[in-house]
Amino acid sequence: MTILGCPMFNRTTRLLVLLCVLGTLGVAPVAADARDDAKQQVEFGIEVAQRGLWREAIYRWERATQIDPTYAAAHNNLAIAYEQDRDLDKARAAYERALELEPGNVFITQNFELFREINERTNRENS
Amino acid sequence: MNVPIARIVSTLAVAAMATACGGSYYEIPLDTPIRPKLDVSGFERILVAGFISGGSEEVDGNVETTRLLRSQLRSQSDMRVVDTDVLPLVEVATESRATSDPTADGEGPALPEAILEDADLELYEHLFADVEYWQRIGEEYQQPLIVTGTVMFAPQERSGIIQRDQEIYDSLGRRSVVPVRTYMERKGFVLKPRFVFIDGRTGAVLYSENFREEVLYNANQASPALSSYFELMDRLLPSFLSTLSTQTIKGTRVLLQ
Repeated sequence: MTILGCPMFNRTTRLLVLLCVLGTLGVAPVAADARDDAKQQVEFGIEVAQRGLWREAIYRWERATQIDPTYAAAHNNLAIAYEQDRDLDKARAAYERALELEPGNVFITQNFELFREINERTNRENS
Repeated sequence: MNVPIARIVSTLAVAAMATACGGSYYEIPLDTPIRPKLDVSGFERILVAGFISGGSEEVDGNVETTRLLRSQLRSQSDMRVVDTDVLPLVEVATESRATSDPTADGEGPALPEAILEDADLELYEHLFADVEYWQRIGEEYQQPLIVTGTVMFAPQERSGIIQRDQEIYDSLGRRSVVPVRTYMERKGFVLKPRFVFIDGRTGAVLYSENFREEVLYNANQASPALSSYFELMDRLLPSFLSTLSTQTIKGTRVLLQ
């Protein structure tokens, strides 16, 4: 008998699938729906950013932050796009918001540190 | 029937774990443009006129710096680089000094025959403030942005305690690296250029910037002066170019899902 044939496994599997189905049917909190919608925007934004279409990426990630303002990844990505667009004030604000939402996120922290380093250098050279 | 369900469950579990660990991430290259320090939009041409240079006799700081900057500007700047002979600035400075103050003989310090120290170079500074001269040069070359200045490239020696890493192996053959302080005599070169940017339309100085770079080698290591000069110029060229044109800093950021 394989593990898949085990009656115990089947019961567990069915329970997990049931939970997933219930989740998608709206039993999960409304916030999860917003996150899913925002995530779709974030994913599309990543795809277009990887092709160099930063304007479209900005639009997608701005939508994502409007749909779910607590989505740190969307704020992080938006900050990077603003940085690419040389809109430094907006980039800083977006990084700060992302870090406010996820203070311990090493990726966001690293991105923000790199941004600050270049930004400060630019200011130093312009002064 | 059970197999597809098991696959779905395991996929969901992996996705959940990835989410718990912070989701997927994508490293993406990011080019950050740095705005030029000087607004050169009013200039179509740039003239690297030449430099008052001194220090080592092995390198002609005037000729080498002019040639190097022209070649860099041809590829890194949108302005057309004026191709002409290097201006004899030392002679011009000497004449300009005599003309502006004909009674000065014996009064102020005379211009040195050889420029060996920073103090010698300072005596030529009046040349860059000679608005009429630069205006004339500007008219001659169709009002370019003029790049000039001073270049001091001199040998230097320094001795003292330095710290370096040394490999050691213990009795079991394990390798480790420890910092060791040793006394060393070193020699090398110091490069101190001052770039002066002059408006060829008005003859006025728009901007100037000083740099200092040095390199030191072991005293027993022979390094040609010219290669050290290029090594040091290579370090400061990005800063020089960022005065005139947008420079791009290449980096990466992490996109999160």
